[in-house]
Amino acid sequence: MTKSFGEYRGSSNYIVSDELRNAVNIAIALQKPLLIKGDPGTGKTMLAQSIAEGLGKRLIIWNIKSTTKAQEGLYVYDTVQRLYDSQFGDHDVSDISHYIKLGKLGEAFVSDEQVVLLIDEIDKADLEFPNDLLWELDQMSFYIPETKETIVAKHRPIVVITSNAEKELPDAFLRRCIFHYIAFPDPEGMKEIIKVHYPDLDKKLMEQCLEAFYWLRTIPEIQKKPSTSELLDWLQALVIGGISPKRIKEELPFLGVLLKKNQDLDALLWHLNNRPQSRIAHRQSFQTR
Amino acid sequence: MFTDFYYILKKHGVPVSMNEWYTLLDALEMGLAGSSLTTFYHLCRAVLVKTEAHYDRFDLAFAEYFHGVETPEDLPETIWEWLDKNLPPLEITEEMRRNHKQLDLETLKKMLEERLKEQTEEHHGGNYWIGTGGTSPFGHSGYHPGGIRIGGQSRNKSAVKVAGERHFRDFRNDTVLDTRQFQMALRKLRQFSTRLEGPKTELDIEGTVEATSKNAGRLELVWERPRENAIKVLLVMDSGGSMTPYTRLCNQLFTAANRSKHFKDLQVYYFHNCIYDLLYLDPRCVVSNSVETKYVLRNLDSDYRVLLVGDASMAPTELTARGGIIDWGQFNEEPGIVWMRRFKQHFPSSVWLNPIPARYWEITEGAVTIKMLQDIFPMFELTVEGLDMAVKKLRAKN
Repeated sequence: MTKSFGEYRGSSNYIVSDELRNAVNIAIALQKPLLIKGDPGTGKTMLAQSIAEGLGKRLIIWNIKSTTKAQEGLYVYDTVQRLYDSQFGDHDVSDISHYIKLGKLGEAFVSDEQVVLLIDEIDKADLEFPNDLLWELDQMSFYIPETKETIVAKHRPIVVITSNAEKELPDAFLRRCIFHYIAFPDPEGMKEIIKVHYPDLDKKLMEQCLEAFYWLRTIPEIQKKPSTSELLDWLQALVIGGISPKRIKEELPFLGVLLKKNQDLDALLWHLNNRPQSRIAHRQSFQTR
Repeated sequence: MFTDFYYILKKHGVPVSMNEWYTLLDALEMGLAGSSLTTFYHLCRAVLVKTEAHYDRFDLAFAEYFHGVETPEDLPETIWEWLDKNLPPLEITEEMRRNHKQLDLETLKKMLEERLKEQTEEHHGGNYWIGTGGTSPFGHSGYHPGGIRIGGQSRNKSAVKVAGERHFRDFRNDTVLDTRQFQMALRKLRQFSTRLEGPKTELDIEGTVEATSKNAGRLELVWERPRENAIKVLLVMDSGGSMTPYTRLCNQLFTAANRSKHFKDLQVYYFHNCIYDLLYLDPRCVVSNSVETKYVLRNLDSDYRVLLVGDASMAPTELTARGGIIDWGQFNEEPGIVWMRRFKQHFPSSVWLNPIPARYWEITEGAVTIKMLQDIFPMFELTVEGLDMAVKKLRAKN
């Protein structure tokens, strides 16, 4: 084993599976971007924070929006400011480098120590966006024609890219990445996650909540299944509201925290009214476990 | 020998490129897999597989290549008792790894048989006898990179086992899918229509500023094409009796199409088994709520992309005979097949989506009519992959 492998071991506030930890360390050792996919709320963004914390490195976050262009991550040439300055003549406009502002990727390149760069929700951007970054992520350098300057990474940043699978990513881009899919945690894994966030949570409350939560997720008519972050919010709401664990499965209080769409609430009500037997059967199955 | 794995992956439909394969070889050279099969499994998957939809195929391929580590069932009771003891955790050292040769299953089985004959007492730890802990290839909770686990909990879980469990079966994209996945597939009907055709009518503000600045402040206007989608879609769905098992699936497709706001226009009609003189406006298919098919053909331009959804399974006469229509009290002057051809002729970009899996098309009851309709319309199965291919087909036409 090389020295660099096995560097990342998770951090205090983030539960990492063996598979994911291996994937992170493989990506670090091979110096390739790590592409993380998974359902919303499975902790994709948290992973980058955990890596940065676990390795004691600075985290740079590049949030991608639908209008983000690849160029913005490298640098922006503020032509308007230069034009403006030239008309008033109170600045030296002959030096273009004053008007070159580095983007997040550029910032990560010029940093004096290795950083963790999170490119968050890359699938939000235009379809061509990932392709436009291929060279820069491969070579870790880019050229600024305006100043005839080449920015080369002083230390290859650890690149973590997250995707919600809204758009397919181009094959050429995928080939260069290390890929990991974060599967939705099973009830056991979920307990671990909850413990990290609420160490003192009442055990009975947690079990009742998990039971109700995983039952909700099995209803096929619900379009937007509640995710981890919604479960955590729900638990908090229940604790603050002082709801007794007994009432949780009967009444499903604060349901709005878990289900965000009207159709989903309707679907649930329909399910409760029309098929009570399925719910009872479900309860029995939990008891026999 | 290892290269075979590459071809097995290919065979199972995991699209592995040479780049990725070299990356894997590099990684192995760097010792990233250690010598544990599990880490090796994680390494291969992270490097070679780029979508969770292919995880299951990868698992199958992995299990096929590294197959065969199973627990024999007919072991003497006493051995189970020996194994049923707890033990301290095991530290695996580099040296231990090196000392173990990977044994193939046949040798292992033979060794196990011999060992069973020899052994007369329980063993915990050590590297030869069947027992708990230790590094003998037989027993449980111990460490041997290619041993046979006998009972107990899998502690250093074998990767072949993990792969064999097929946790990612649900993510396969050739199985039937949910609304969101349909939407994702339909989204692809959009990309080709943006910024490729039509006049440049929109002012590109950023481009203008840049051009003007480069022009030392003298105004220079830059125009671009509007980002509008020109795609119009006609969805025609079979809602006959034989379609009942697929109602949910069709509903999902309908919902997905309806929610896909990126179409310039979406029209939905229904039919019963085959299209004749009338198209229905709701799935009940009653004459009082219908329009003439000719009216639809007249009013919708031929640039509509048409998705026909149906099992294409009916009595051959429903397609070929005058009056073959299945609905009681109706009569068709022209055979259904004529209407179908007319439809295709008017809408050159038409595809047929069949909820029946493609592998049954030749053996199902409706095989005859499926074949006849396949001659007219490109037919795809109603799955993510099928819809993907259908969308590709629809795009290729123009």
